[in-house]
Amino acid sequence: MRLLILLLPAVLATACATVVPPQPWEKGDLAKPSMQIDPDPLALKIDQHIYASKEAATGGYGIGGGGCGCN
Amino acid sequence: MGALAAGVGDAAPPFALATASGESVSLATLRGRVVYVDFWASWCGPCRRSFPWMNEMQQKYGARGLAIVGINVDKKRSDAERFLQQTPAGFTIVFDEPGVTPAAYAVKGMPSSYLIDAQGNISAVEIGFFDDHKAAIEERIRALLAARG
Repeated sequence: MRLLILLLPAVLATACATVVPPQPWEKGDLAKPSMQIDPDPLALKIDQHIYASKEAATGGYGIGGGGCGCN
Repeated sequence: MGALAAGVGDAAPPFALATASGESVSLATLRGRVVYVDFWASWCGPCRRSFPWMNEMQQKYGARGLAIVGINVDKKRSDAERFLQQTPAGFTIVFDEPGVTPAAYAVKGMPSSYLIDAQGNISAVEIGFFDDHKAAIEERIRALLAARG
């Protein structure tokens, strides 16, 4: 019984191999405003400023790294 | 899934798709003309900028044998129609909601355009739409039109 519980996640995880990421022409949903990290431009600017000033972190959003769907 | 042969120099994969009025458009019937195949969608920002330019190209070179075919890949036809109301197309628009044709052309990004010469071979592939590439593409079109005799 315990063996079954231990093995079950491994068995279920094999289903993940059949999940295929979307093709470039199927990314329409990613382009919706609700799919943005933060659709409000002012709030986004504040967040980006905080990341930049406190963590020296930039990027990770927009065309290449984000889900705008145009790539 | 292997990348099917849809690069420069390969024969353009065939397609036969319907326009909004139900008329069928295929590469076979366009053989002999220079064909500019553009994959577009209503949710694609650069597509909005590319349409006026494609309209201009079709108008300038249509009589000399250029046929621009815009293949729409929207899941909802109404999205595409709303886009076309805002950004009208002066060239042939066909619809491929199942996405069979972009798969055959191994589309890597949206928009993607394929310039096909009069013999049916892919002459140029462009991923995305960039203002500073327009002149080069137009040059290519003119060269292919001149080459078809």
